[in-house]
Amino acid sequence: MSSAARTLLLVGTAKGAFILESDAGRDAWAMRGPLCEGWPIHDLIVEPATGDLLAAGGSPWFGPAVWRSTDLGATWTHSSAGLSYGDEAEPIKTVWSLAVAPDGAILAGVEPAGLFRSTDAGATWQHVEGLTNHPSRPTWQPGAGGLILHTIVPHPTDVNRTWVGISAVGVFETRDGGATWEPRNRGVRADFIPGPPPETGHCVHKFAAAAGEPETLYQQNHCGVYRSDDGGLGWTEITGALPSEFGFGLVTHPRDPATAWVIPLSRPEEGRYMPDASAAVWRTHDRGSSWIRSADGLPQENAYLGVLREAFTRDTLDPVGLAFGTSTGQLWHSRDGGVRWDLISRDLPQIWAVEALVLGA
Amino acid sequence: MATVVLPRSLVALFPGATRHEVVAGSTVSEVLVGLDRRIPGLRDRLADGSRLRPHINVYVDGQPADLTTAVSSDAVVHVIPAVSGGA
Repeated sequence: MSSAARTLLLVGTAKGAFILESDAGRDAWAMRGPLCEGWPIHDLIVEPATGDLLAAGGSPWFGPAVWRSTDLGATWTHSSAGLSYGDEAEPIKTVWSLAVAPDGAILAGVEPAGLFRSTDAGATWQHVEGLTNHPSRPTWQPGAGGLILHTIVPHPTDVNRTWVGISAVGVFETRDGGATWEPRNRGVRADFIPGPPPETGHCVHKFAAAAGEPETLYQQNHCGVYRSDDGGLGWTEITGALPSEFGFGLVTHPRDPATAWVIPLSRPEEGRYMPDASAAVWRTHDRGSSWIRSADGLPQENAYLGVLREAFTRDTLDPVGLAFGTSTGQLWHSRDGGVRWDLISRDLPQIWAVEALVLGA
Repeated sequence: MATVVLPRSLVALFPGATRHEVVAGSTVSEVLVGLDRRIPGLRDRLADGSRLRPHINVYVDGQPADLTTAVSSDAVVHVIPAVSGGA
């Protein structure tokens, strides 16, 4: 790591975006915000080609928008031109997820679930109608958070391939640039539906690709943790010794395809907090064959903490830094790959998204 | 020309916008189009297609209005975020 490197944690909350900036040791943190005029922000990413920050959200009064900052969050503009299903459909409430495709197009997942694409830096948006036109669309049902398209995983080199996750519908993949989509849920349990698992109707919570292996996907589902070695054609359950099959956050290592982290939570009917109110992050170094519990620095009693799907992230440094935010506003950071944890902010609004950006590395 | 009174939280989203804008238009819809011409993107914040957003209230001369409501040349149009919405 360069001695000049510093990390920015981009935090999306129910009451605006915040940015925490570290010193070179990732030891002391300075915070600024609320940004984006205090709008609820569900996702924040960095546009690789420009280094600009993009934020996704929606105001209950002023509707959905994607925000852009060209100066690391000092000033912001926003747009939603084209973010609409038209007069006959339910209005879009908010933008839940953002990703940048290898050709530079920006992809936005929205509520009610659908995908939009921008090829002009987010100034205007086009509906990816192929997904909405999937024959299963009339059967789509919302999860507890709504009918939302919350995860977008573009293939790193093939612009025609993208995976998306919709709650509570499942994973879909396109191999033709969005014209047609296929469910990718084989092998995943759906215990809330009697009978054999359906093709769609799955409660995917989060998934991510392994470093350098775009066909290797890790998934945290309502019903377990899974890995796919064939681009989602089939999934193998790797819940193993985790204390709960339920959770939201899942992070893959920036260089090691065998390493991933999850934050198990108690089941919905049991409260959705860290099991036994004892905070922990779990990691695998062998593709999910085994799991290691890390709790050093985290509260081990009376810790009724929940972590939402976008509120867990990692940086690109070595050792890897990780951070997660809780639904009660605490922000935790680890400088050593998730072994030891430090509380770096404790009184934020409900945290929905955390993203890391390394500068000067 | 109607006088449109915009909420502070909306004006904050658009550099150069002011709380009181004077705009031509014979309906609320035309007024919003006129506003959008002057302040690009503003209409999207208040309407989705041909509908006002659910938590946006518009009044013409003190009376509740929708996009089809007529606006006279000396009307005062208030745009007010509803009490509903937010948390």
